[in-house]
Amino acid sequence: MERSEEALTQELAREHEAEEPIRLGPLTMDRRAFLNLISVGLGGLLALPIAVPFLGFLLQPILMKAPTRWESIGKLDEFQIGSTVQRDVTDPSSLPWGGMANRTAVFVRRESQKELIAFSVNCTHLGCPLRWEAGAELFLCPCHGGVFYRNGQVAGGPPPRPMVRYPVRVRNGGVEVMALPSVLGVE
Amino acid sequence: MRFPFVRYLQVIWDAADERLGISTVWNATARHPIPREKGFMAWTYVLGSMTLTSFIVLVVTGIALATVYIPSTGQAYDSLQYITNVAPMGSILRGLHVWSASAMVICIGLHMIQVFLIGAYKYPREVNWLTGAALLALTMGMAFTGQLLRWDNIAYWSIFILAQQAARFPVLGPWLVDFLLAGHTIGGTTLSRFYAFHVFFIPAAIFALIGVHLYLVIYHGISESPKLGRVVDPKTYKHWYHSLLEREGVPFWPDGVWRDVVASFVLVLIVLAVAMFYGPPHLDKPPDPTDLVAQPKPDWYFQWIFALLALSPHLFEDWLIIGGPLVTGLIIILVPFLSNRGERHFARRPWAVGTVVASFLLVFVLTFEGTRAPWVPSYDAQPLPRSVVASNNPLVVQGANLFKTKGCEACHTIDGYGGTRGPDLSYIGEDLTAGQIIWRIQNGGTNMPSYAGTLTPQEQDALTAFLLTRKRPPVEQAGREQKGTSRHRTRGSEAGR
Ligand code: FES
Repeated sequence: MERSEEALTQELAREHEAEEPIRLGPLTMDRRAFLNLISVGLGGLLALPIAVPFLGFLLQPILMKAPTRWESIGKLDEFQIGSTVQRDVTDPSSLPWGGMANRTAVFVRRESQKELIAFSVNCTHLGCPLRWEAGAELFLCPCHGGVFYRNGQVAGGPPPRPMVRYPVRVRNGGVEVMALPSVLGVE
Repeated sequence: MRFPFVRYLQVIWDAADERLGISTVWNATARHPIPREKGFMAWTYVLGSMTLTSFIVLVVTGIALATVYIPSTGQAYDSLQYITNVAPMGSILRGLHVWSASAMVICIGLHMIQVFLIGAYKYPREVNWLTGAALLALTMGMAFTGQLLRWDNIAYWSIFILAQQAARFPVLGPWLVDFLLAGHTIGGTTLSRFYAFHVFFIPAAIFALIGVHLYLVIYHGISESPKLGRVVDPKTYKHWYHSLLEREGVPFWPDGVWRDVVASFVLVLIVLAVAMFYGPPHLDKPPDPTDLVAQPKPDWYFQWIFALLALSPHLFEDWLIIGGPLVTGLIIILVPFLSNRGERHFARRPWAVGTVVASFLLVFVLTFEGTRAPWVPSYDAQPLPRSVVASNNPLVVQGANLFKTKGCEACHTIDGYGGTRGPDLSYIGEDLTAGQIIWRIQNGGTNMPSYAGTLTPQEQDALTAFLLTRKRPPVEQAGREQKGTSRHRTRGSEAGR
C-alpha cells in the first residue's frame, strides 16, 4: 500500500513543476468576463452594508463630543492660601458600569485670596500620575523622572510642557472645576 | 495476523478515508519532504513550532479565562481577584496564560533571529518573512493589550501612557487617542475595547497569518541550512532545491516533527512549572484614578521602551516615539527586498551578524536600565539617621532634616540614603564651597529644580551648613569605617577611586 518515500518526494516535485501559474484574463468583455464582473461587483457591494455600521460603530468615539460640567469640589475656605491639595471629581461622561474609572483627581492650588489653579494630575510627558511633595513644593513623576514647580512649570526631566490646567471658578463661596473632558486636557 | 480486528479497522478506515480524503491532505502536509538536517542546526528549526505551541496554549487558557473575566472597568479587577484567589485552578490558568505569552514573545524573537542569520528569508521565501514580521507585530500587540486587561492600578496608568504616545502623532494624534480609548478619556468603554482587540481582532489576524505562513512553508518547502559559499540565485534555486529534496529529502512527519514535539513539550513543562511555583503576576492596587501613589511599569518585554523614554534626549523624543516603531517596522519589511539572493551563511554576512548583536545589546542594556530605573525619585526615602548626620550643631541638624522634607533626598543619596536621580552628595562638602552650594540650590540645573522661593534664607543657611559637613572621613578613621555597614564601605571606596 505505502508508496516508497522516494517515489513520494519525486511525485511531489513533479507535481510542483507541472503547476500552471494563474494568468489574468483578456480585457475584452465576453460572457465569462461579464459573469466575473457581476460576481466581484456584487460581492464587493455586499460588504458595504456590513462595513459601514461596523466602521461607524468603532469610529464613533472620534465623532462624539465630550460633555463638560462644572463640578463642585468644596468651599473656598477649605483651601488655604499657598497650599496644594488633591480633590476627586466624577467624569461627566461616566457610564453606569464604569466603576472607579468614572472618577478622576485634580490638584487644586490656592495662590492668593482670589486666585485658584486646578491642575490635571497627569504628567505632560506620558501621563503618569504626579505626586505633590508638599515640603519640596514640587510635583514629582514616578515614571521617567519629570519634575514640576508648584505653578506647574517644568523643573526637570522629559516633560515638554507645563502641567495642564482646568478651568476653575468660585460660585457662592464654593469652588467648582470644569470636569475632565479629555486625557489630553481641555479641548 | 495476530489481531484480526485490525483488518476490520482497516476496512472502516479505508471507507472513511475515501470519503474524507484524509490521506491526501496528510501526505501533502504532514509528510511533505524536508531537507535532511543533523545536529545543532536541526534543533534551531524548532523555534517556529515552539511559537505556535505557546500560541495554542494562549488560546486554550484564554478561552477558559474569558468564561469568568468581566471586561468592564467597574468589575474586571474583582473578577481577576476571583480568578486568582477563589476559582479552582484559576491561579495556574492565569499563570499559564501570562508565562506562555512571555514564551511566545521569546520564541518568536529567536525564530526571527534564526531565520535572519541563516538567510532563510531569501528567494523564494520573502513573503514567509513578511508574514512572520506581521505576526511579530501582532504578538507584541497581544502582549500589550493583555497587560492592560490585568486591570489594576498599573494597567490604568499604562493606558494613559499609550494614549499620550499616540497623541504625539501629527494631525491624527487626537483621533487616534479617541479611537484607542473609545472616548476622550478612560471610561466605561475603554476596557471592553481593549478586550475586543485582545480576544477577537488580533487573534483573528494571527490565525489568518499563521495559515498563510504555514501554507508558504509547505509551498516553498522548509529552507535548507546554509553552507559556506552556497549562494541563492533566483534563476536556479527552485530547481536546485527540488533536486536536493529528491536526492535526500525526508518526510516532515516523523523525521522532522519529533524535534518540534520534544522542544514544545519541554517548553510547556517549563511554563507550567513557572505557573505553578511562581504563579501569575501579582495584582497591584485596584485601578483607582484618584489613588496617585502608583508606579506604572510595563511587563519585561516593554521595559526597554520604558527606559528609552526616560533616557532619550528630550528634543528628539517626538521623533523617537513616532519614528522609532515606523522605522524599525520599515527596516524589518525591507530586509528581504534589500538582499533576496547571494550568500546565506552568517559567517559571510558580517552586517547581518552585526545588526543582530547590536540590536540585542541595545535592548539588553535598556531592559537592564529599565529594571533599575535610577531616574525614579525615591519617594519613601528614610530621613537621615543621627549616625549619618553626626553632628550636634542645631543648624546642621536642621539642615539634615530639610534635606528630607524639602525633597532633596528623593533624588540625592547621602551615605546610602536617598534617590539616585541626581549626584551622590555624600562628600559634597569637599567639592563645592558654600557659595557654590547656595548658587546651585537657588538656581537649579538641567534636571534640578530651582529652590529660590521655596527655602527661606534661614533654611538655605541650615541646608548649606549641613552639606558643608559632608566630607570623606579622615584616613585614620578609614579603618574604623570598614566595620560600618557594607553600603557605607562601597560608598567610601567608590569615592576613593
Ligand atoms: S510620564 Fe512623567 S516623566 Fe514620563
